[in-house]
Amino acid sequence: MTRRLLMPALVGSALLAASSGAWAQEADNPPLPKIDWSFTGPFGTFDRASLQRGFQVYNEVCSACHSMNLMSYRDLEGPAALGYSEDEVKAIAATKQVTDGPNDQGEMFQRPGRPADRFVAPFANEKAARAANGGALPPDLSVIIKAREGGPDYVHDILTGFRDAPAGFSMAQGMNYDVYFPGHQIAMPPPLTDNRVTFADGTPATIDQEARDVATFLTWASEPTMEERKRTGAKVIIFLLVMTGVLYGAKRRVWSDLHDKDNHGD
Amino acid sequence: MALPQNKIVRWIDHRLPVFSFLDHELNQYPTPKNLNYWWNFGSLAGIMLMIMIVTGIFLAMQYTPHVDYAFDSVERIMRDVNYGWLMRYIHMNGASFFFIITYIHIFRGLYYGSYKTPRELLWMLGVVILLLMMATAFMGYVLPWGQMSFWGATVITNLFSAFPGIGNDIVTWLWGGFAVGNPTLNRFYSLHYLLPFVIVGVVGLHLVALHQHGSNNPLGIDRKGPQDSIPFHPYYTIKDMFGLGVFLIVFALVVFYFPNLLSDPQNYIPANPMQTPPEIVPEWYFLPFYAILRSIPSKLIGVCAMFGSILVLFIVPWLDTSKVRSAYFRPIYKWVFWLLVIDCFVLGWVGAHRPEGWFVVIGRIGTIYYYLHFLVLLPFIGWFEQPLPLPPSISSPVLKKKGGGRVARAAAAREKP
Repeated sequence: MTRRLLMPALVGSALLAASSGAWAQEADNPPLPKIDWSFTGPFGTFDRASLQRGFQVYNEVCSACHSMNLMSYRDLEGPAALGYSEDEVKAIAATKQVTDGPNDQGEMFQRPGRPADRFVAPFANEKAARAANGGALPPDLSVIIKAREGGPDYVHDILTGFRDAPAGFSMAQGMNYDVYFPGHQIAMPPPLTDNRVTFADGTPATIDQEARDVATFLTWASEPTMEERKRTGAKVIIFLLVMTGVLYGAKRRVWSDLHDKDNHGD
Repeated sequence: MALPQNKIVRWIDHRLPVFSFLDHELNQYPTPKNLNYWWNFGSLAGIMLMIMIVTGIFLAMQYTPHVDYAFDSVERIMRDVNYGWLMRYIHMNGASFFFIITYIHIFRGLYYGSYKTPRELLWMLGVVILLLMMATAFMGYVLPWGQMSFWGATVITNLFSAFPGIGNDIVTWLWGGFAVGNPTLNRFYSLHYLLPFVIVGVVGLHLVALHQHGSNNPLGIDRKGPQDSIPFHPYYTIKDMFGLGVFLIVFALVVFYFPNLLSDPQNYIPANPMQTPPEIVPEWYFLPFYAILRSIPSKLIGVCAMFGSILVLFIVPWLDTSKVRSAYFRPIYKWVFWLLVIDCFVLGWVGAHRPEGWFVVIGRIGTIYYYLHFLVLLPFIGWFEQPLPLPPSISSPVLKKKGGGRVARAAAAREKP
């Protein structure tokens, strides 16, 4: 509805602006396949089981190269987040080694992670990350869904879009062919395989399932307040509809004497 | 409309006449009785300014203006600050809606000739507000320090280098260094906080000028007597409130369900001076001006044409030679007005695309037409156009129109709120 109200008159050009990044690659990139996510739409919510599986994929696969510097382990706790209990979050954090300090001797030291710690980054700094990845920098994934045209579809499709390069396509050293990546050459090797992880809830770990779950988790991480936003929005809009209706009645009432006078004067 | 007889009210009013002032400017302020809903956008813009200032003050309490922390501090507002996401999304989308409201308000003025005597200064103060809004919005967009923030700031400040001789010195002076960096971010933050209050001041002057002669109206004729007027309060206060309600529903739909609809995903990537984004585009409300800039091969002339496209609005009261205000009675100008609206949309569409191929051609035609409208069509149409006969008064537009009453009566009914 919003789109219908706004698009023709007001934001057509803005949308074109937003899509102009994709415009350059339209020439040879197929359109991103759209996935039917549970969290889209005005009442969409996250599937907690999928979020937990997605975190598992990130934790066991992606986090080898990709940081999530904006996230803390405590963010995972509670029904509004991933549904983990306090003890589960403590256990997750405790599996990490965190550099802390300086201590009383002025030295940095390692200790097990605590819920208040940020997600431990795989590399100490950008130079180290590039050195370990053939010069390419694995982007931080904290807000990756908001930072890419196509959002969760893009992430899912990139992860499932690895193919052998077509004959005659010249690949640079160390690059991989991906159908959906702009320019098709991506430094990231295919990260997911069937049964790359073992899901505790018995969900078959196909590449597609892993990609869906991790895209779901990253969507949540990009905006952990999304469900609260939509819930608040429903209340606000219901209130506004009632208020506007009352105001319309009041307006009619106030103006009624004027219209009456008009009719008499005519 | 006497003041309340309350002793305290009278005591205060005798010394500080706030109650008399409000009574005079609301209860007794005469307003044309035939304003339509396009007249809601002035008060809407004022309310939007207040919303922006209030949300902005709360955001400023949590924001860190430093190149190393700005991006993360905005995301911290989104995640860890109570209702920070709400403040931030209202503020971010509020900027877009503020421009939507203001552009409608401006086009309303252009359609009904609200800039014509005796409202020239009222109009010019409005153009000053527009310029201040643009400066404020531009600097505000830099603050999250994403890729578009950084590169937008780089491109726009670089425009000043086009000025011969001193251009590069101006740019260095604006930056506070030899590239967009921390001093740039700090001064933009400072000015982004300051300018809204300057806007409040100019809005005050805008209102003083408005209340001097009162609102124009859809018929564009002066009020002849009390039968043409109604007091602003309660008639237009309640009408403005209802309009505000409708607006807030639309605004809330975007804030709560499509908060990133109007923004560029690139700006969720932290600023990186070493990596230029594939396409640098400004926010949608600058696109028509961006198209004018890029339509002209010479940088200096392009910059002048871009600024000129807004500055030309200052002299619109003197460019328009028509004796009749409202386009309602101007058979030719009415069409030319809509062509200008279309031209602005076309320029906005061109501004969103790389200046290649047909976009260059369309952009140039659009730019030429924009100036043609103001510099040629506006004066010339006023000279040869035969306006329709004006009604004798606002109350009786139906009585003495050529061709009998029916058409005019229907038209008058349509114009009435």
